[in-house]
Formats: sequence, structure tokens, C-alpha cells
Amino acid sequence: MALRKQQETHEAAVIPDEWFVPKTKNKGEEEAVVRPSLSYWKDAWRRLKKNKLAMAGLLFLVFLTVMAVIGPMISPHSVAEQNLRNQNLPPSGDYWFGTDKLGRDMFVRVWYGARISLFVGVVAALADFIIGIIYGGVSGYKGGRTDHIMMRIVEILYGLPYLLVVILLMVVMGPGLLTIIVALSATGWIGMARIVRGQVLQIKNYEYVLASKTFGTKTARIIRKNLLPNTMGPIIVQITLTVPSAIFAEAFLSFLGLGIQSPYTSWGMMASDGLSSILTGHWWRLVFPAFFISATMFAFNVVGDGLQDALDPRLRR
Amino acid sequence: MKKVLQVNDLHVSFRTYGGEVKAVRGVTFDLNKGETLAIVGESGCGKSVTSQSIMRLIPNPPGRIVSGSILFKDKDLTKVSEPEMRKIRGADISMIFQDPMTALNPTITVGEQIIEGIRQHKKVTAAEAKNAAVDMLDLVGIPSPEARLKQYPHQFSGGMRQRIVIAMALVCQPEVLIADEPTTALDVTIQAQILELFRDIQEKTGVSIILITHDLGVVAQVADRIAVMYAGKIVETGSRREIFYNPQHPYTRGLLRSVPRLDIEGADLVPIGGSPPDLFSPPAGCPFAARCEYAMDVCDRVYPSETRLSSNHQVDCWLQDERAKKLMAAMN
Amino acid sequence: MNSYFVKRLISMLITLWLIITLTFFLMHAIPGSPFTSDKNTNEAVQNNLKSFYHLDEPLYVQYGAYLKSLLTLDLGPSIKQSSFTVNDLIGRGIPVSFELGFWTLLVAVVSGILLGVAAALRHNGIIDYLAMTFAVLGISVPSFVMATLLIQQFAVNWPILPVATWASPKHMILPILALATGPMAIIARLTRSSMIEVLAQDYIRTARAKGLSPVKIVFKHALRNALMPVVTLLGALAASILTGTFVIEKIFAIPGMGKYFVESINQRDYPVIMGTTVFYSVVLIIMLYLVDLAYGIIDPRIKLGKKEG
Repeated sequence: MALRKQQETHEAAVIPDEWFVPKTKNKGEEEAVVRPSLSYWKDAWRRLKKNKLAMAGLLFLVFLTVMAVIGPMISPHSVAEQNLRNQNLPPSGDYWFGTDKLGRDMFVRVWYGARISLFVGVVAALADFIIGIIYGGVSGYKGGRTDHIMMRIVEILYGLPYLLVVILLMVVMGPGLLTIIVALSATGWIGMARIVRGQVLQIKNYEYVLASKTFGTKTARIIRKNLLPNTMGPIIVQITLTVPSAIFAEAFLSFLGLGIQSPYTSWGMMASDGLSSILTGHWWRLVFPAFFISATMFAFNVVGDGLQDALDPRLRR
Repeated sequence: MKKVLQVNDLHVSFRTYGGEVKAVRGVTFDLNKGETLAIVGESGCGKSVTSQSIMRLIPNPPGRIVSGSILFKDKDLTKVSEPEMRKIRGADISMIFQDPMTALNPTITVGEQIIEGIRQHKKVTAAEAKNAAVDMLDLVGIPSPEARLKQYPHQFSGGMRQRIVIAMALVCQPEVLIADEPTTALDVTIQAQILELFRDIQEKTGVSIILITHDLGVVAQVADRIAVMYAGKIVETGSRREIFYNPQHPYTRGLLRSVPRLDIEGADLVPIGGSPPDLFSPPAGCPFAARCEYAMDVCDRVYPSETRLSSNHQVDCWLQDERAKKLMAAMN
Repeated sequence: MNSYFVKRLISMLITLWLIITLTFFLMHAIPGSPFTSDKNTNEAVQNNLKSFYHLDEPLYVQYGAYLKSLLTLDLGPSIKQSSFTVNDLIGRGIPVSFELGFWTLLVAVVSGILLGVAAALRHNGIIDYLAMTFAVLGISVPSFVMATLLIQQFAVNWPILPVATWASPKHMILPILALATGPMAIIARLTRSSMIEVLAQDYIRTARAKGLSPVKIVFKHALRNALMPVVTLLGALAASILTGTFVIEKIFAIPGMGKYFVESINQRDYPVIMGTTVFYSVVLIIMLYLVDLAYGIIDPRIKLGKKEG
């Protein structure tokens, strides 16, 4: 310790006299070097790239999308093609993922299911986004009585058991793709509306918004130009997390026999079909759809988590 | 005078994204029995880090005590085990923090928050602990303490909450009380009351106080001795009188000139230009050199050694060197 | 307090009424009647049946009659299983479903909170990393996939547990595990993030400065505050577990309410669909109310209905 002290502060005697002159000021040294500031989005992207799990998830989703488009074309078989002589074949050179109980090619059906699942997920998330952002934006921005009434309505809707409503709508409108999307969006926008409203309430009193108000800017323009760009973070995260929950709901409904109808298929329906295969040993009929549901959900969830960390570093979990 | 606490050449660093921040760089001071030592400096100078290091409350990682010692009752607090440290915290050394609005747990009654401290350190019955808590609240000036024990923090005003925080810190009769900006978050009128309370309590209990603040007004009211901190180092120490009426370090003088004063006629407010150095790579010489109007070449090259002006008064500045004094005389 | 209670009750009743109305009219909008699938019955018989169940009356009359019978807690007869009333079916199915749901919720809450706390205490450590990867997996794997995996492992490959029916505690293990994984993962994540936030609060530092032990700090000072978001979630979680039982009951052949519900949908058994929906809604609404009450107990700042300070 004594040594350290000596290194830092020399004895005054050894300091040369010529150092005792007024300091020669050089301006350049005083200006501290500032780290080049990245834009918000670039910075977020840089942080996201560091998150290996999220990047792996993103990669899987890209792969999935590509395969959903070209997968069914690669195989010589078609989605509805039945071949009763080839029932329950294990994976082979001809049938890469095996066949189901009607002799249909699992490989084609898995990618066909991917189309349905991704479509349902993305469209439902988009619908939630549009409804939620309008409802939440207006409610939060208008405030006061309008906000109070709009939020009361949301509160009551929130009390509805979500899957029951979906199931009822499915029953009424008849099973099908459109019904699933309508049913999912009918209940799914509430969460988005709440988040948007919270964001808007938080920042609408910021000075730059007040400033544009004093210039007489129109409400719609303020929402579009000032509020939306600054509320995007949590909203993007909410979207990434809505997609898997829509996929999940579709799988759930299809599993109960309330979803997509044959000959079209989805992962949930295939898993439901394959359920009996546990006992018969035709594992491929269950494993492939089950794997893809889980992997897709996992990918969306890690990407959503990664985005959350990347877009709001203050909340870094 | 008996020394209750001795801090020797303390170095504390934080590892961050951009590298290691050397927040405290060789701080040395003593705390005498029954005195109030104020550590003064602008935000980021390392005063809070120093105080939290004494309590070993630096979040680790990223923070760590790199070297130095903190002697308290023949123990080096940088070396004792965590369970041993827990026995010291709250019992022998207590701490109160800046914001009374957030320092209390909102879901637990204030009574319970005071009593749990007593029962952590002393073998007493529930009734005895409660009585001690009531006495303590009475001492810090909370009316009808018995009834208020059952209330929650949100039912108290800011000033009242700070009184509770002080009661909580003092309830085990500690030898040292560290107060980190205890009045900063309060209204000016409440500030005066709390400072009055500090003086009153010190008289009654003989506790030694380390007062961390950036507010020289507060220092003038309660401090016996003052340590001025800049960029992780203590640049000047002295009695209150010495620091206020005979400041030697240009930074201390700058601080005093930047405080509005009513007692000196025609005194202008003079802010200190520039900003403190980057503690990722602190300068080799005096960290204040870049902002100092008297800076010489030597200041940038070598950190000045300590000059002892009286038994209390010490300063780290090249201006104390004979050669510098000649230079200054020649220039005038 | 009282005015809040009244307001809350009114809003609960409005929600319930909305659900009943919505369900009622949606259901009667379904093309076809409960009897169209019976090929053997001729038109006269069908009309007789319709008039017996008042299905030939105008919709608003049926609606009024239904609301009236609801007031006496009578959910009407089942059309398909004519020897039973809806009350009978619910009375049979609910105890089983409730048992499944209760144990699932208990397992999910206890293990989820413990996992979340452990992860938060070792923030960015190896335990944190493992627990959170496990949690994301838990959220990603649907309960029916989980169920089949568990069956494959513990009933087929390594047959130590029974898979079907609801006879003994041993029968319950797999269904409960399958159903609890998802909610547990959600609770673990939420507990972790709110725990990390709470541990950074000033009052935790105050508690440390008092010399309290880490155990006391976590369980007395931090956990209670960290659980607020978890409690908020419980209402919605209970609902998802309730509906989750449909699938699990189907897979494990458990004679609970979910089975009757799915059957009733496929058979257009209006009164059963209605009855079940109403029943579930009441359970959910009560859960949400209990969550609000729990809020007030956990956080003294929340005077029911409004926030102070």
C-alpha cells in the first residue's frame, strides 16, 4: 500500500521547477470524446443481435416462413392425396415425415399446417393491432369521460372468458379459417388497447406534444406523428407475443375439432389426429406437428423477449 | 479525541459496459466520537459510494472495493464476512437515505419496520421492542407515537417519513450514523427541522454522524468538520471554520463562491466552469486542473501530495508548493 | 368501501348479463336445431319436441323465460340427455373439474413463484438462465402436447402411472402436471421480473442497512410487493386453466365438466352450452373480484376502488 502511494504522488522535491508555469491550455484536450450516438432503432438492433437465443428464434421463423411457401412444392405428394395402401408409414425416402392413417404425406401436411398457423397468427395479430391502437389511442388521447366509458367497456369485455367466446363464435359461424381469425380478433384486441392507452397517457403530456397542440395541430396528426412513434416499443413486443397466442388458440381449437376442416389441416388438428398414435407406436404422426407447434411458439416468445430487452434497455431483465 | 472509524486509501470501482469506473480513488479520513463530519461534493464525485462502501452496501457485481481498509472497532470492514457485517449494519453503523418517500416499505406498518430492526440485533420481548420503538418515535418528534406505529408509510408526510427513517436508524443506539443527502428531497422548512433534529439527537446520544451532501447551506448548519470530495478523491479537509473562512483548494473556493450568500455584501455568484473528468480514465494529475484558473503544467502531470496546514486542515494542491507561491506572487 | 362494493357488484352483474345475452342469441343463430341430426324423427315429432322445449316460441319470449329461470338458479333441462337437467350435469362434472383445476392452480402458483424467486436472486446467473429457458419452453409447449409427452414417458415407455379416468390421487398426477406447466411458466417469468424490480427499490436497501438476513429481506420485504402483478394475473390464469381442462379432460378421459361442454357444442344442446357458459362466467367473475380483494390486502395503499398517494 505504501508503494502505491509513492507511485501516485511524488515527493515535491523531485518535481522539476520548470513544471511550475501557468498551464498551456489546449482546447482540444478539454472536449471529452463522446461515444458516437446511434439512432434508437440501430441501437436496438445492435442489442438484439447480441441476444443469441432471440437471433436463433428469428432464424427459425425465417426458415419456417420459407418452408411454408416452398415446402409443399418440394414433395411429390399433395396435401389431400390419400393412398390407403400407404397408411401409417414411418419416415422414409419417399415420405420424409411418414404418412398418417389415411396414407397422406406428413411432410406436405406439416408445411401446409405452417401456412395456416402463420397466417392465423399474423392476421390475428394485425387485426388486434389495428383495433387496439385505434381504440386505445382514442381512449388515452381523449381522456376524461370518453376514456372512462371506453375503459369501462374494456373492463366488462375483459371479464368475458376469452376461449368460451371463441368457442361460441366458432359454433355459430361454423368452423373455418375466417371464423378462427374473427373469433381471435374479437377478443384479442383488448390487451393491445390497454397497452396503447397506457403508453399514450404516459407521454401525451410530454412537452413536444403540448408544443404541437399549441400550434393547433389536428388530433389525428398528433396521434400519428408524435404519439405512435414513441409508443412503438411495447406495442411491437405485444404483437410478437400475440402471434404465438393466436397460433396457440388455433391449435387448441383444432385439437378440440372446432378449427380447420379436412382436407385442409393445421398443426393442432394433426396433433389431435396423432394422439392415438402414442398407443399404436406411430410416433411420427404426433411428434412432427407437436414439435413444430412448440418450436414456433418458442421462437416467437424468445424473439418477443429479445425485442423487449432491446427496445427498452432500462427494463433490461 | 477517540476515533470511531478510520477509512484508509479506499478504492472502489464499478465494472460497466464501457469499462471500469473508478468511483472512489484513494479516500482517507477519520471520524471522531460524537462529531459530525460532512462529505461535500457535486453529484458523481464518489461521496455516496464511499458511504455505501462503509456499510458494504455496494451492489456487487458490478461494484467492488478494490483496496484500502475501513477500520471500525479493531475490525477491517472490507474484510469481515457477510454475516458478521449484518451484525454491524443497523446495530453499530446505521444509514439513512436520500428519499424518505421510497425508503420505507409501503406494505409494512412503520411500527413493524422499526421493531424488526430491534429484534434483529437485540434479544428483547415483543413488548420491550415496541416500547423502544415508541420511545424512539417520541425522540424524533412524532406525536402520539403509539397510535402511529400501526400506520403505513403512505399515511405520513415526507418530513414525518424522514423522522421515521431516522428513528429506524437510531433505534439500536449505533455509534455511527451515515446520512446520505438526508434533507435533499424535503421542503426547505422541513429541512431546517430535520437538521435541528440531528443536532438534538447527537447531543442526547453522542452518535457520530457522517453527513453526505452537496448542499453547503446544510453543512454550515451542522458540520463540525468538512471533507471536500472531487472526482473520487478528498481534496481538502478541515474544520467548518477553516473550510468556510480559509479555503485553500481552488475547488473548495469555487464551491463556496457558487453558493448564494446573504452575509457578505456584494458577493457575486460565480459558477465553476466545465465539468468533472471522466472516471473511466481519470487524469494522472489533479483532476480539477482542467477547470482550475490557477492550473500549472505540474497539475496535469502529477497528483499533489497532502499539505498539512493545521491539525485538522489538509489540502491536496500544488499551490501549496513554495515554487507555486513564488509564481503566483510574480504574476500578481 | 360500501359504495365500491355496490359499484363492483353492479359491474359484475352487467358483465354476467352481457355474457348470458350474447351466448343466448349467438347460440340461437346457429343454423339447425338440436333435432336436425336425428334422422329417424319425422317433422311432427320434431315439432312436438320443439314445442316441448319452447323452441317454437319467439326468441325474446324464450330469452325472457331463460332469464327468469336463471333467477331461481335453474339452468333448465338437457335436450340430448333427457333424463338430466343442466344442474345435474354441472353437479356431476364440476367436482371433478374443480379438483383438477384447484390442484393445477396450486402446483402452478407455488412452483412458479419459487422458480421466479430463485431466478431473480441469481439474476443473470446460471440458475436464472436455466429457469427462464425452462419457463419459455413451458409457455411454448401447449398442454395437449405436454400431456402426450407425459403419457408417452410415464405410461407407455416407463409405465408407472395410470393415464385414464379419475379414480385415485395417482390418476391425477399426469393431468395436473400437463395442465400446470404453462401457468407455472407464466407465473415464474412474471415473479422474476417483478422481483428484480422490487429488489432494486430503496426500501430493500433500507432493509439491508438494518442488517436483516437475505431470507428475511426476500420473503418479508420483497416477495409481498413482487406478487402484485402475479395476483393480477391469477384471475385470467384461473380462466385459462378452466378452459384448459377441456383438452386435458378429453385426453385423459376425465369425467369433468369440459367433456360435457365439448359434447354439448357438437350436439347443439343449447341449455347445456348456456348453462356451462353461465356457470364458468360466474366462476371467472368471482375470481376477478377475489383478485381485487387480495390486492387491497397485499397493498395497504390501495383503498378499494381508488389509489392514494
